[in-house]
Amino acid sequence: MDFKIDFSKWWDVPTVGKQIGLESFDSINLISFGDWAINVTIFNSWLVIALITLLSYMVTRNLKYGKEVSKRQIMLESLVLWLQKEAKETGGTESNQYLGMAMGLFVFIITANLLTIIPWFRPPTASLSTTMALAAVVFFAIPYFSIKNAGIKGYLKKFVEPMPFMLPLNIFSEIFSVLAMGLRLFGNMLSGVMFAMILSAFIPFVAPLIMQSLGLLTGSIQAYIFALLAVVYSSSVKKEIQSQTI
Amino acid sequence: MDSYAIIGAVSVLGACICMGIGSLGSALGEGQTAAAAMQAMAQQPDEASKLRSTMFVCLAMLETTALYALLIAFLALYANPFWNYAITQN
Repeated sequence: MDFKIDFSKWWDVPTVGKQIGLESFDSINLISFGDWAINVTIFNSWLVIALITLLSYMVTRNLKYGKEVSKRQIMLESLVLWLQKEAKETGGTESNQYLGMAMGLFVFIITANLLTIIPWFRPPTASLSTTMALAAVVFFAIPYFSIKNAGIKGYLKKFVEPMPFMLPLNIFSEIFSVLAMGLRLFGNMLSGVMFAMILSAFIPFVAPLIMQSLGLLTGSIQAYIFALLAVVYSSSVKKEIQSQTI
Repeated sequence: MDSYAIIGAVSVLGACICMGIGSLGSALGEGQTAAAAMQAMAQQPDEASKLRSTMFVCLAMLETTALYALLIAFLALYANPFWNYAITQN
């Protein structure tokens, strides 16, 4: 088994021609031993996870209340309260159960997307494997929350509504709505990265900066939408039952 | 004109047409959504935050069709399966 560490590619600013394409971020191996390898996407997502863990650890050490609250604690608390409010508006009254999943997805995606301001950082969300893994979390969360809230009968009833012959269509829509979530995040991030790449080949100085700042806006909106859609899909079964009883 | 030239030309042309037509419908739909949401926000400023979050979700869903076109364009340009076939043929 040969153990090899090669971080020279990690610092490469992506350029047109060399590393463009759908699988370019996944094909750069940083650490490889034998058949196993750790590519840029995995390494960068580890960096994002480490950053989130470090920040959360630092903030939650000295929790206070009253007038002694630190600025960092206010930042995190306002983030949680904001997402709680948004989840309540879309997911109904008992939306606190979705908050852990939504918060985790939101914080991971927004940190990965906002780190694109560092020029050589390839966001892990611009790789199809990461976004599909995030979508898989939602795919398994939908039956979990549905069965937890409405029972297995209520969950299966969703597939034969409004007519029993709609069953295959409902199954397809269940799968493709989640697939579309992953593809949407991937497409948005990849288009942002590649647009900045292609533009910097033509106009190297000011124009990529403007497009990258637009990419920051797109990235934060995509993180918000991903978390919100996860709540919407997870709470879909419960909502219908509530509306029937009223 | 050998197969390289034909495949390259058709890939670029196909990607451009795919992106153009694919983004057209999505752009029209997003414009209508934004216009309707702004009208609703002007009529009911109290409900603006709720309308805004709903509008963002709807915009993201509409944008998906344009992103499918983008993915197909990328596939045609950078991951064209017929390109490797042409290389192995020659």
